[in-house]
Amino acid sequence: MSTDLKNTPTPSRTDEDILLSVEDLHVWFELKKWGFSHVGWVRAVDKVNFQLKRGEAIAIVGESGCGKSSLMKTLLLLNRPHKGRVIFEGRDISNLKGRALKQFRAQVGFVQQDPYGALPPFMPVHRILDEPLVINGIKNKKEREERIRNAMQEVALTPVDDFLNKYPHMLSGGQQQRVVIARAMILEPKLLVADEPVSMLDASVRVEILRLLRKLQEEHNLSVMYITHDLSTVRYFSERIFVMYAGKLVEQTHIEELLDNPLHPYTNALLTGTSVPDAANAKHIKHVPPGEPPSLVNPPPGCRFHPRCEHVIAGKCDVEEPPDLEPLPGHLVNCWLYADGQTRYPGLEARG
Amino acid sequence: MSENPLLRVEDLALYFKTRVGQVQAVDHVHFELKKNRAVVILGESGCGKTSMAKAILRLLPRNVGQYSGKIELDGQDVMQLDDEAFRTQIRWVKISMVPQAAMNALNPVLRAGDQVAEPAMVHLNMSKEEALARAKVMFQHVGVPVDFLARYPFELSGGMRQRVAIAMALITNPQLIVLDEPTSALDLLTQANIMNVLKTIKWETGTSYILITHDIATSSELADEVAVMYAGQIVEVNEAESFFSQPLHPYSQKLMASVPRLYGDKEPDFIPGRPPSLLNPPAGCRFADRCPLRFEQCDREPPTFIVDGHPVKCWLYEKEASAAFPPAANGSGDAS
Ligand SMILES: Nc1ncnc2c1ncn2[C@@H]1O[C@H](COP(=O)(O)OP(=O)(O)OP(=O)(O)O)[C@@H](O)[C@H]1O
Ligand SMILES: Nc1ncnc2c1ncn2[C@@H]1O[C@H](COP(=O)(O)OP(=O)(O)OP(=O)(O)O)[C@@H](O)[C@H]1O
Ligand code: SF4
Ligand SMILES: [Mg+2]
Ligand SMILES: [Mg+2]
Repeated sequence: MSTDLKNTPTPSRTDEDILLSVEDLHVWFELKKWGFSHVGWVRAVDKVNFQLKRGEAIAIVGESGCGKSSLMKTLLLLNRPHKGRVIFEGRDISNLKGRALKQFRAQVGFVQQDPYGALPPFMPVHRILDEPLVINGIKNKKEREERIRNAMQEVALTPVDDFLNKYPHMLSGGQQQRVVIARAMILEPKLLVADEPVSMLDASVRVEILRLLRKLQEEHNLSVMYITHDLSTVRYFSERIFVMYAGKLVEQTHIEELLDNPLHPYTNALLTGTSVPDAANAKHIKHVPPGEPPSLVNPPPGCRFHPRCEHVIAGKCDVEEPPDLEPLPGHLVNCWLYADGQTRYPGLEARG
Repeated sequence: MSENPLLRVEDLALYFKTRVGQVQAVDHVHFELKKNRAVVILGESGCGKTSMAKAILRLLPRNVGQYSGKIELDGQDVMQLDDEAFRTQIRWVKISMVPQAAMNALNPVLRAGDQVAEPAMVHLNMSKEEALARAKVMFQHVGVPVDFLARYPFELSGGMRQRVAIAMALITNPQLIVLDEPTSALDLLTQANIMNVLKTIKWETGTSYILITHDIATSSELADEVAVMYAGQIVEVNEAESFFSQPLHPYSQKLMASVPRLYGDKEPDFIPGRPPSLLNPPAGCRFADRCPLRFEQCDREPPTFIVDGHPVKCWLYEKEASAAFPPAANGSGDAS
């Protein structure tokens, strides 16, 4: 691996190294009755803070409905923040409009959840890739042609001529996802956001696509946000991981640290819940919390995980929202268990 | 080995007619399942898993081209039954099914409790009260609060709807339940909770399962045995212990190697290429194009070799096999 970013020591950081910074971000959707009278808010993203460096890959992990897509759409300005700021290359982009918005969007590539729905069925691959170039004012046909071919080479849709005129339905799921990735990369973005890029694909194809994304990240010094509900794929892909539950980031740290020393009870539940293929699994019951994630309209008071948490501290967790704590350097957790300097999860021995 | 199997599937084939030819979705498969055991059918999308389930339950679409073979349930060849007898004696009564995406297929205008009660009324001739009382017990089994009996599907989460679909399959107390991707669309913790429910039911009621999935890791939560399907055929049947530690068929080995793992140094690998079309499958081994171990023999279709009692459809096992079916044409390597 020529450009292994993961092992190069991080130089002392200046603001230059930060590509994206999210500050106190809230994404709330208004709930209306009969289309006008306000009845409440869906708090899809609540008080989220993080920074993303240039060339860094991070993963956001969480269950369905926890706000992963809402967070990502806000970074692409498909949603506007309800409160808080999104800073891209030192500039607050939350209120960009018109040309400035278009320019910003050209710097962010987007691979969405479902490759089948992402591609227009009536367009051949060539046109799908040509469109963003035309829209962004690249008039020279020869240049466009060259960039299309390069992008297809990069995602291994080769021989290129075999694919240029194919329509999406003629491609396998993995090939469709390659087209989606080529389209996301064609304007040479600084940031790539991949929302569950592999969850609809077969296991064998998943690995292929994740490797491709990692290769692109390393070769282009690209920042990548990888959104997934599958913890087991994360460590092959990203350096840092954010765990999200019910609209909140509950834990942020390096992936190796998270696997060695998971702190938040929800993270621990996810790790227990993730199976590895082993015949012994069939012989015992898995120790996972019952229940389901809460409604984001009326989330539980205090810690949003408290109704399912086996370590809940009565009178504390169910009353007061836990703060973001940093029990170990670079390891953030949003849980009362760590308010007094604890650095290990108390249930660690119980977990099989 | 001598114990009578609950289910014996022999030479089962299901082809579909289409404008461009026959889709050989299930191409002469064999497998057995003992009482109170679970067999997992593993394979990539489109390899014929759902078609096989439909063939077993005789839930056939209109464009069937060929439907043949033997399906023995408790010693009875149910293929011989006419449709009416199959419907009244077998489906729901002895074998029930949780179809793929069942949670989205519930009747939107029927209350959850009524839907679960229905098979008991139709197939076990229970009165409405009896059936509802039994539905309540089923709700408890699968972990749905009993006050959800009166709710409509849209008032339930995906995980709860999936549990309702499982309760519906359970209510007739069948000997065998076919589960087609029962947790694929669900969240990790919901998935784990539902696998816990399925295990408990198996331990408590002695039922058997055919679990269809492409999720290898989750399949190990229930599997006693694993049957791997590739391009319409079963290429390996093995006990869970040996399969998850040492799969035999090169395709099974590649599948296992593709599983990402939380710990350890092994990077997952992928299988280059894609499965062949089922309209015109290649004459030789169907996996040959993607197989790292391919050799000359592979241009001919391998028979199914029996290796330590385990069927494997791959020429690599010709020498160590104790038997093969159908017997190899030139007699080589066939000791039966
Ligand atoms: N435009 C909208 N208006 C109202 N509510 C919304 C809107 N978009 C999302 N939500 C709600 O916000 C919550 C978070 O949704 P989001 O799509 O971000 O979740 P997710 O983590 O991406 O889930 P999944 O894994 O299912 O994709 C959900 O409760 C969803 O119903
Ligand atoms: N009624 C039908 N008519 C024609 N072809 C069909 C029909 N039903 C299924 N097929 C085809 O048969 C093959 C096997 O499909 P099947 O649904 O059994 O696969 P599967 O293994 O269950 O896939 P998945 O994992 O995606 O559910 C596919 O190529 C499919 O397109
Ligand atoms: S804050 Fe309390 S309830 Fe929430 S996860 Fe921590 S211990 Fe559990
Ligand atoms: Mg989403
Ligand atoms: Mg299927």
